[in-house]
Amino acid sequence: MNLLEKLDAAAAARKSLLPNGVGAFGIPIEEVYSATEARIGDRRVLLLGTNNYLGLTFAPECIRAAHEAIDKEGTGTTGSRMANGSYFGHRALEREFADFYQCSSGIVFTTGYQANLGTISGLVGPGDTVLIDGDSHASIYDGCVLSGADIIRFKHNDMVDMEKRLRRLGDRVETTLIIAEGIYSMLGDQAPLAEIVKLKNAYNCILLLDEAHSLGVLGETGQGLVEKTGLLKEVDFITGTFSKSLCSIGGFCVSNHPQLEQLRYISHPYIFTASPSPATIASTRAALVLLSKGSDLRKQLWSNCTQLYSQLEETGYLLGPDPGPVIAAILDTPQQALQLWQSLLEHNIYVNLILPPAAPEGKSLVRCSVNAAHTTEQIKYVGDTFSKLYNMI
Amino acid sequence: MTESNYDEIMQLLCDRLSGLTNTDAQITPETNMISQLSIDSIKLLNLIMEIEDTFDVSIPINALTDIHTVRELADLVHKIKSAS
Repeated sequence: MNLLEKLDAAAAARKSLLPNGVGAFGIPIEEVYSATEARIGDRRVLLLGTNNYLGLTFAPECIRAAHEAIDKEGTGTTGSRMANGSYFGHRALEREFADFYQCSSGIVFTTGYQANLGTISGLVGPGDTVLIDGDSHASIYDGCVLSGADIIRFKHNDMVDMEKRLRRLGDRVETTLIIAEGIYSMLGDQAPLAEIVKLKNAYNCILLLDEAHSLGVLGETGQGLVEKTGLLKEVDFITGTFSKSLCSIGGFCVSNHPQLEQLRYISHPYIFTASPSPATIASTRAALVLLSKGSDLRKQLWSNCTQLYSQLEETGYLLGPDPGPVIAAILDTPQQALQLWQSLLEHNIYVNLILPPAAPEGKSLVRCSVNAAHTTEQIKYVGDTFSKLYNMI
Repeated sequence: MTESNYDEIMQLLCDRLSGLTNTDAQITPETNMISQLSIDSIKLLNLIMEIEDTFDVSIPINALTDIHTVRELADLVHKIKSAS
């Protein structure tokens, strides 16, 4: 089989899962009306397949900041920070993220994916070990592969399993990086951070926590799981993304370890890529202010999450273990998930379809992402529609 | 690690792979796990965790890059177990 035939085989496998030309992946969105509504084809749909957790995509403060940045600094930086220099905004945002997490330093990356790639591959290398949760995001897996370190998985959120694997490492724990996530993207559940910290300290490892889905969502000021659990000072490195609660694109890493700064000189995903555009940085800075002061937004978000999670649970859907902005209905077969996904779209509701092997344990998921801008009526309509379709699957 | 241990590893792999696939095809040391058994990446990673627990070893998943056949996987497990 040549290179192109291999791609044909992969395409055939994908088509076998999605009959009749259903475009569940990368669906064309023709117009975006608001943080909660868009047009797909000729349908005005409710958006529950985005990660716009605080509903800030149209926040006037962010739009104004982006406009001003374009007017002052142009549309792009046209190159890397190493070669083309760091704009005031890049440096200011790094300081603001460090302050937000009460850390000594921070680094901004061009995407959230690169934040994990760049941080992990900068921290560990061949001969070192990364111990990662089995449900880790692809950016974590890819960062580990790029690093050349030995990759050991533990069962998702299973601390007995994690300790067993730490123990087996013996002296190698000294050069082991543990990686977990604040909220896991597939089932929306949270890492048992207190237990992870306990093991990290017992075995004297370094801990990296990815707050991609928990930033803006958990904690009084929205720092994430570190704030909710009061364990901010126990986590060595925190990464996250701008593309969810902050409604732009980019990523960051903050730490109190001064060695973080060294990543600027060794981390290829930081060095060999164009830096974030002025508009991106400006809107992110404005969004970070709104996020940190957004306790009302979080209150509304959690009210919406609880409302939808409760209704789906009462209907009988099998859900992830923790209520939260990621609410996944777990289905036995891809066919069931596809049927539910299509029917929801026919009822003008857009959600995410996730099929094996992307979904855990060979299951399929129909995943909703709730946001603070959804109205009570919109959430009720989504819940009622899920209930109506329950017997169909 | 003795030859009988190697046989034990091979037998365990064949048994577990048989349970993971819906095929009646005979699983031999030369069976290609990906192309012949269509084992997806997550199932393979979960199998590795089970092998780690059975033999009390750490098997880095990046070591699987060049592993295609059951024999190659058995060789890897045997090598790691022998060194532990």
